[in-house]
Amino acid sequence: MSFVELQDVSKSFGENQVLRHVTLTVEEHQVVCLIGASGSGKSTLLRCVNLLERVDEGRITVDGQHLTNGKIDVNALRKKIGIVFQAYNLFPHMTVLENVALAPRKARGVSAAEARARARELLNRIGLADKADDFPDRLSGGQQQRVAIARALAMEPKLMLLDEITSALDPQLVSEVLNLVRELANLGMTMIIATHEMSFAREVADKVCFLDAGVILEEGQPEQIFSAPSEPRTREFLARVIEAGRL
Amino acid sequence: MHTVLHTFASPHDFRVALPNVWAGFQVNLKMMVVAEALVLVLALAIAVVRGLPGRGAGPFRALAIVYTDVFRGTPLILVAFLVGFGVPALNIHFVSTRSNFTYGVTALTLVYTAYVTEVYRAGIESVHPSQRMAARSLGLSYLQALRYVVLPQAVRRVIPPLLNDFIGLQKDTALVVVIGVAEAVEQAQGYSQTYANFTSYVVAAVFFILLTIPLARFTDHLILLRERRERALAT
Repeated sequence: MSFVELQDVSKSFGENQVLRHVTLTVEEHQVVCLIGASGSGKSTLLRCVNLLERVDEGRITVDGQHLTNGKIDVNALRKKIGIVFQAYNLFPHMTVLENVALAPRKARGVSAAEARARARELLNRIGLADKADDFPDRLSGGQQQRVAIARALAMEPKLMLLDEITSALDPQLVSEVLNLVRELANLGMTMIIATHEMSFAREVADKVCFLDAGVILEEGQPEQIFSAPSEPRTREFLARVIEAGRL
Repeated sequence: MHTVLHTFASPHDFRVALPNVWAGFQVNLKMMVVAEALVLVLALAIAVVRGLPGRGAGPFRALAIVYTDVFRGTPLILVAFLVGFGVPALNIHFVSTRSNFTYGVTALTLVYTAYVTEVYRAGIESVHPSQRMAARSLGLSYLQALRYVVLPQAVRRVIPPLLNDFIGLQKDTALVVVIGVAEAVEQAQGYSQTYANFTSYVVAAVFFILLTIPLARFTDHLILLRERRERALAT
């Protein structure tokens, strides 16, 4: 059984159907990159996987658990899945250390001392130990995003969902974040990454899915998708990306 | 002109009335402190209930809405009469035999809790939904997210309106004179009726002004600090 399975998933917001009969599998330790234009459904797909959104139709299974049968313990599920957003969403009233230590303390019941120690260790590993006692507004965008990743990792998730985490960053800050993601991939973290960073996707993904208007139009190995896409719309999309100098 | 000064600002009457009015004013202070402490806690609880999700919480949310509508809509003086005269008239064991001070604090608490609930609610709603989303995504429950992420931010934001309501509460402690609480206004009234001079009321007014001015200035200062901080962050 795959680690994440979406079967025939559909989701609408009012009149707007954002996901149409999406079927996708992600194996453990696999990195799947979702590419596609804005509004193609990438974010919604990710948010259905950790139940920030409820699907209208279809089935989702994560680590053997059915998300869609209405009996799921949402909080328990979310402790296994880490998500990082485009807007980092750090808690401004807490220091960086407190941001990272909060969930292990309150959601996992770890002692305050242990939670702080582990948070410090995580921050150390990502090179932000010296920012531990600063408030988020003193950090650059790239640093804040790395803290957001550390905050998600502090819960020791089995799956990481990354929702265009570099899209809001200044170009020179993007690589520090991508380096961290690359490291996670090398360590075997199962990840679904929605991204506009095509070169990065090409490098790090085991599988690339092109989403177009709520449908996975094409999926395959990165080399195949980026060099020799079968669908015309995929070709169109990639052509525009290359033109914009992003591949 | 001399008559005006003598009637409202006679130094002799000021001195003579001062000790009694001050004794009364201490009752106002006590009422204010007790009521404010109760209001801050109760209003937060009702604001949280107001925001509880799900169908099961429907009746509680409805109750909270009714409560705030009723007590924001009813003049404090009416609530004071209903509580201060009406409740004793019911002759219920214990409840009907409390002091006027207790009834006064109850009336103030009932009314100001309703106002402050709305202040808290506005604060909670002003916290961007992405904050709750991020907290829930980490596996925190609804109440944990509220307690550790949303409320700390919400409360900080509404400190100026909270302080403004507090200033209103301070002054409204004078209203409970109508149910016979022996506070500053009542003392001033007593002096004035005995000596046919209104300076005692001015004494009471001075006490209230001396109490509210520092708080009003402090509130303005906090608002200014926040505006400066937000301007700095926006650049």
